[in-house]
Amino acid sequence: METLFFAIVSLVAIISAILVITCKNPINSALSLIMTFFCLATYYVMLDAPFMAAVQVMVYAGAIMVLIVFTIMLLNIRVNATQKHSHRILLGSIIGFFTLINTIVLLVKSQAAKPVGPFTGDMIRNIGHSELIGREMFTTFLLPFEITSILLLVAIVGSVILAKKNI
Amino acid sequence: MGIEILGLPMMYYIAMLAKVLVAFVFVLLTVAYATYAERKIIGHMQVRLGPMRTGWHGLLQPIADGVKLFFKEEIIPSQASTFAFLIAPLIALIPAFITFAVIPFGGTIEIMGYKIPMQVAAYYDTTAGQVFDVNVGVLYILAMSSLGVYGIVLAGWASNSKYSLMGGLRASAQMISYELSAGLSIIAVFMLSGTLSLTKIVELQSGMGGFEWYVFKQPLAAFMFFICALAEINRTPFDLPEAETELVSGFCTEYSSMKYAMFFMAEYANMVTVCALTTTLFLGGWNGPFAVAVPLLGPVYFVAKVYFLMFFCMWIRATVPRYRYDQLMHLGWKVFLPLALVNIVVTGIIGYFI
Amino acid sequence: MDMISIPVVNMTPILPEIFLSVLAMVLLLLNVFSPSGKKSYLAYISFIGIAATAVLVGAGWGGHIESFSGAVILDNFATFFKMIFLLAAGLTVLISDQYMEREECNHGELYPLILFTVVGMMLMASGTDLMTIFLGLEVMSVSLYVLAGFNRNNKKSNEAGLKYFLLGAFSTGFLLYGMALTYGATGTTRVYKIASVVGQMTLPSANIMLLAGMLLMMTGFAFKIAAAPFHMWTPDVYEGAPTPMTAFMSAGPKAAGFAALLRILLVALPTLQIEWSQLLWVLAVLTMTVGNITALRQDNIKRMLAYSSIAHAGYALVGLVAGNGTGTAGILFYMLSYAFMNIGAFAIIILVSKKGETNGNVMDFAGLGFKRPLLAVAMTIFLFSLAGMPPTAGFIGKFYLFSGAVQKGYIWLAVIGVLNSAASVYYYLRVMVYMYMKEPTEEFEWTQVTAPVALALIISVAGSMIPGIVPSFILEFAQQAVKLI
Repeated sequence: METLFFAIVSLVAIISAILVITCKNPINSALSLIMTFFCLATYYVMLDAPFMAAVQVMVYAGAIMVLIVFTIMLLNIRVNATQKHSHRILLGSIIGFFTLINTIVLLVKSQAAKPVGPFTGDMIRNIGHSELIGREMFTTFLLPFEITSILLLVAIVGSVILAKKNI
Repeated sequence: MGIEILGLPMMYYIAMLAKVLVAFVFVLLTVAYATYAERKIIGHMQVRLGPMRTGWHGLLQPIADGVKLFFKEEIIPSQASTFAFLIAPLIALIPAFITFAVIPFGGTIEIMGYKIPMQVAAYYDTTAGQVFDVNVGVLYILAMSSLGVYGIVLAGWASNSKYSLMGGLRASAQMISYELSAGLSIIAVFMLSGTLSLTKIVELQSGMGGFEWYVFKQPLAAFMFFICALAEINRTPFDLPEAETELVSGFCTEYSSMKYAMFFMAEYANMVTVCALTTTLFLGGWNGPFAVAVPLLGPVYFVAKVYFLMFFCMWIRATVPRYRYDQLMHLGWKVFLPLALVNIVVTGIIGYFI
Repeated sequence: MDMISIPVVNMTPILPEIFLSVLAMVLLLLNVFSPSGKKSYLAYISFIGIAATAVLVGAGWGGHIESFSGAVILDNFATFFKMIFLLAAGLTVLISDQYMEREECNHGELYPLILFTVVGMMLMASGTDLMTIFLGLEVMSVSLYVLAGFNRNNKKSNEAGLKYFLLGAFSTGFLLYGMALTYGATGTTRVYKIASVVGQMTLPSANIMLLAGMLLMMTGFAFKIAAAPFHMWTPDVYEGAPTPMTAFMSAGPKAAGFAALLRILLVALPTLQIEWSQLLWVLAVLTMTVGNITALRQDNIKRMLAYSSIAHAGYALVGLVAGNGTGTAGILFYMLSYAFMNIGAFAIIILVSKKGETNGNVMDFAGLGFKRPLLAVAMTIFLFSLAGMPPTAGFIGKFYLFSGAVQKGYIWLAVIGVLNSAASVYYYLRVMVYMYMKEPTEEFEWTQVTAPVALALIISVAGSMIPGIVPSFILEFAQQAVKLI
């Protein structure tokens, strides 16, 4: 059941990811990207990480992609059929192909390393995913959590300086 | 009972299917009759009669409307982006409906020895002896409602019309702004409940004859959430994206026939969801006198509370004038957002000392 | 639900960071309430603040305190690098006021952003958790993206900001992916715990996830320190960014990148030294060669120094390939002296160039030796130091880097390094030839040297000369700093 579901979701994810880069119309690309994010959220659910799934949809599909779609709409980027990058596409696909082969060979030849660490699936199910994330954030990762506030402040100040009309 | 499919009893599938059907039909019927109720209520408030001709007191009006829209001509503007234009109403409608999956509309009932919680995305685990539901239910709803923006943005853009684009942009800016305040205001509820599961939140509000409802503990949060939710679903007084007077009904200017109906349905379905969510979070969900002893009473209380809130929405529509765009943004970012943050801080401080 | 207990935290290791952040926020507020055009006093306040922080940091020398349950540490290594960052920031603040005034973009937000950059770099140096390092890097990078595009009216500055942002975000993706894979392979983000987990593995070099994580992290840091083949952004960004910011970018963030790279490679992954030193060998050779050969052909002096900064990253990588005491201490020493000589050289460029970033070619230095002999002497010292001539700091730094490599048996690497160093003399000398042997092509007014810039130049000259004459003093500090990691 789960394997079947995984296969279906993966198929959708791969197809929509390919559509992202092949679609001529940027809006359709953006929509495919949202679909890909949605599939990623499904993976998180299957990995016993419902909080991550919800946040993935909320932040990526719900907020960031809206901004991207906004930008595309406001700039009114239309299909640009005259550009051709055939040699670059060829180069890219050759590199990509060999990287893929390389990765597959490496994964098959090596004993696939299993993730280690204290957070096993059983533990997450027992304590609850959101609870665990909250706890880690305020204990183990207290300092990084606090640093993010400075990061956000810097980002706000920076965007105001660069984008505001009169400063 | 003995038949098992993929490790789960037959009854599980039957119950699931039944629950999905019941919830779906409930939302659909409510949506249909909400339009009728709205016209009737506003009519009476303005000392008019509202629809009177179709059926007794116009009771068949929604069906007549549906048939009318169904047989209308389907127009796709020649300059529109066809794919996005076609898919936009669907994107608007689907999130509105699937949010209902996690809302509990009753307790657990027992049919032929199999316990069924009255909530679509939940099941009763016999070994653990408790109900398991989506343990991030509220986040799920927030996530789904954030997807609803796309339907409107796409509709506005794909129509390739100025009014539509303006409406779409306004709608999405408004939805994103108020989503934040709505999300922050209900964090105060989680701080009290300590869980994100809607089933548990309802259970926590069951005691004290109704005085355990979070609306009494978090009146500010309840008020803010309801207002922000109204803004998020573009209801009056925040319905600028579809302001008839200035934008010729905004993002759905170019839509006709069933596609137009879909947007309409999405709007009302969103209203139902928001009212149901407010009921669950603040008004004790399906709790009420004897609801635990007689499980079938649960849905009755739930529906009654939801309908009361919907009546409230219509009441607002009949009385409150529309906001101006800058006022709307001012309210969202400079009033509700700080207020929600202050509410969180105050809840935290009080919670620390109690 | 049981209550979670907040861990006991010791604020001492991050005291300088807290101080600087608060100062930056105060400056942001002061800036709002001060009339436009009168922002110079912010520069003085931030310089005093940086000096005070330096005292705070210096007081922590010799300490060894872990805090936040191992997310951050106060040790000599961190202290040494923090001093480099503060030095770079202090010199930058001194030289930027005059420049920003001339370019008419003296917005007060500049100084808080510089301070935030320093906070980010400090967290990178003292972080012993991958998350701390990553977030420190992000704070640093986001501030730098803005600083690179700070001159909003200049198209080149805009281009620099955008390019830096896009490529920087891309490289951050690599870095984060690498950290995620490392976490997956070891189950922890604490640098010291990673070391013990990897140490217990039977065959860590066969663990694909760990190797891929290490590789991606190295890629991410190689972007930040501008090592070839991840150097493509450097020339455009360095050329377009406001000159004081270019000076800052080439000194501070490069050192911060090395700090984090050293901490991760030497502390967390010493068991994989054979693997990563092989990779870094190639990277170092490529970086030195590409940087120097391309720099030969540059006419714009900022672009030339950009390529030279790539080459310098290559020299420093030689010390990392060696990975022994001499080599790593050499990196620390080199980063310190590089901050002096590079910021000094950029200060002179600011004085020579004119409004709108014009007059920035090598030819425009013609006749500097006759018109402003003192400036020309200072520039000569900086260029000599960059080229690695004795008795400057640059020579001693290179000497230790290469001798570290020789000690570990990387003879060929040292030979390539020395050859590169010799090639680099050509383009540094070219500037000197213009300064002393060519007549100025046109008459123009030299910019007045204000007191802060003069102070910065004096400090830089002293910093480029004194370690070259009496290297043992600073080198001792550097050796103590690397002893503990």
